[in-house]
Amino acid sequence: METALLITTTLCYLCGTVGYLIYLSKEEDPIHRAAWTFLFLGALAHTTAIIIRSIQAGHLAVSDSSEALSFFALILVATYLVAQIRFHIRILGSFVSPIAVLFMLGSSLLPVHMVPKTGIIKSAWVALHVTLLFSANALFALAFSAGIMYLMQERHIKRKSFGRLYLRLPSLERLDRINYVSIVIGFPLMTLGLVSGFAYAGTVWPSFWSWDPKEIFALVTWVIYAVLLHERLAVGWRGRRAAWLAILGFSAVLVTFLGVNLFMKGHHAAFVR
Amino acid sequence: MGHIALLGMNHKSAPVEIREQLALVCRSEAHPLQALPRLECVGELFSLSTCNRVEFVFTCNIVDPAVQEVKSVLLSHLGQPGTFHLEQYFYLHQDVAAVEHLFRVASSLDSMVLGEPQILGQIKAAYREATVCNAVGVILNRLMHKSFSVAKRVRSETRIGSMAVSISYAAVELARKIFGELSDKRVLLIGAGEMAELAAEHLRAQGVRQMLVANRTLERAVELAKQFRAETIPFAHILDSLKTVDIVLTSTGSTEPILTYKDIKSRMRERRNRPLFFIDIAVPRDIEARVNEIDNVYLYDIDDLKGIVELNREVRHREAERAHHIVAEEAVKFCKWLETLDVVPTIVALRRKAESIRQNELNKTLSHLPHFTERDKQAIVVLTESIVRKLLHDPIVFLKKKSDRSTKQQFMDFAQQLFNLMDGPEMNASPLQGEEETYPVDLEAAKVSEK
Repeated sequence: METALLITTTLCYLCGTVGYLIYLSKEEDPIHRAAWTFLFLGALAHTTAIIIRSIQAGHLAVSDSSEALSFFALILVATYLVAQIRFHIRILGSFVSPIAVLFMLGSSLLPVHMVPKTGIIKSAWVALHVTLLFSANALFALAFSAGIMYLMQERHIKRKSFGRLYLRLPSLERLDRINYVSIVIGFPLMTLGLVSGFAYAGTVWPSFWSWDPKEIFALVTWVIYAVLLHERLAVGWRGRRAAWLAILGFSAVLVTFLGVNLFMKGHHAAFVR
Repeated sequence: MGHIALLGMNHKSAPVEIREQLALVCRSEAHPLQALPRLECVGELFSLSTCNRVEFVFTCNIVDPAVQEVKSVLLSHLGQPGTFHLEQYFYLHQDVAAVEHLFRVASSLDSMVLGEPQILGQIKAAYREATVCNAVGVILNRLMHKSFSVAKRVRSETRIGSMAVSISYAAVELARKIFGELSDKRVLLIGAGEMAELAAEHLRAQGVRQMLVANRTLERAVELAKQFRAETIPFAHILDSLKTVDIVLTSTGSTEPILTYKDIKSRMRERRNRPLFFIDIAVPRDIEARVNEIDNVYLYDIDDLKGIVELNREVRHREAERAHHIVAEEAVKFCKWLETLDVVPTIVALRRKAESIRQNELNKTLSHLPHFTERDKQAIVVLTESIVRKLLHDPIVFLKKKSDRSTKQQFMDFAQQLFNLMDGPEMNASPLQGEEETYPVDLEAAKVSEK
């Protein structure tokens, strides 16, 4: 049942992405509507699958990398769908939906591990910790996409050579605004997510900080976004630099999230392997 | 069978002296449609007259005498143009060619500036005029509405009107790609060239409300400020104002740059890096080219803008090819509809509709009555056939009687609407498909069956 749902989800996301990529070169309402609907249906199937699995496991289904990637893809798609309704930035979908598809494919390629239940994972704290961080990461993915779009569009305007996408991409101020809003909302979520993680770690392990690689990279990521936000608010950084920093920040997110999960050991490894 | 013909002249067929005449006529009050009641061979008449073209579209049964009549109206419409022989500048299109020409005009494929949007508005106004004069009927009503929807289709399916082809407008489009919304932006005009004025006008049209003007001669600055409801600032304060403005338009006659890299670089921090867009249309240039290297600063000079315009023109010409295809396709479709507006196709369509209803109902009923014998069934079939035949007899006789009336198209159109044989005349400009494409097949069948 959930396997079927997950396959449906991946197919829906894939169709949505293809739709959005076509929409990139052909601005027609029906194409966008179809693409959006595919993503929406995908998200519904995905939510159902994750709920079923969570009920079976007795806790939020994020206990291995495969499940974590899948859960992140869902939050990313949901975040985009909401952002699209709220801010009408259709073209963003062409950049965000491929990321969701990559995560979904990654999730289905990774083997599913039966992790020995430690009891730690069952706490509501973990669900809170993961949901907050993933939501923050999804917003950072939006900022990352907006950053890439900004760099493309700025290149058109600065170099005075206009590629095909010039007409389709929104104005620089709008892209910069998306970047700003995503990070302004994402950063507090990330902070709360980290704090909840440390607080919970303090109760189940001897110390809340244990030089775990994931903890270190998470802190690095946090610092990058803190710098970006600070420079924006205090100095008025914007445009190209802010776009680059959003891209750097999301790369750090990926390292923290995937690199550490897959290649390094640490006590997160107990439930991400 | 009715014909559609189009007589006219435009900027391609007539030299500028004649077109000047046109411009005069454009402003006059007299309307050529008022002559319609005096024209014996002309059915419906539509006229469009702008300073680049006159087009008379009309329907008739026999083309030649009608053309002569319309020609005389056209000549009197243009007045007595001195020594020129006007007739040599006219062109005449008939049927598909006439329809296609009108569609091309409406889609702005025949305009001096390819893809300019005003022409459609002019046609709509002229059409309104024609409906007020009662000069248009079934055919031209449909034709005009179709031309609006074709123009809309061309606009949405090709990029013919999507890119600026004037320097001032190209600058405004760039501003929109940088800032998005322009209504809360401040514009500084330095110098007062004609081009700068045009660009400022475009910016105002895009919602810019706050403008500053700086000019070396105060009178000119005050004059411009009045025109754009702007403030004037002393020339010496330009650098200070860079902290608050977003778009700077320069067009002074200065031989030295008036804004340098250093001037601007040092002010970006105070601006908190808000983007700054310089449009330099002066020759020699007013702003150092290096300014474009500063983060969040964009500089376009006259050559850059000319380059964009040139590229956009090419795009429009490429898109025009695709648009021609759409127009030709729609013209053929329209003419097929026109052909159906005759007695034989209408009668055939009516019979087919009745027959298909009869068949459907018969099948439905008989399937519920399995205990009927073959004879019973046959009796019912005969019954339905004779009901349909008798019911249709009078309408068909009526339609046949109208076949040599000059107003027969109205009757045919009415009959088709009454029996819902196909889409009625398109009163709203929504494109219709389907029926139009399947109908010509019926028409072929019609000709065979009536023989």
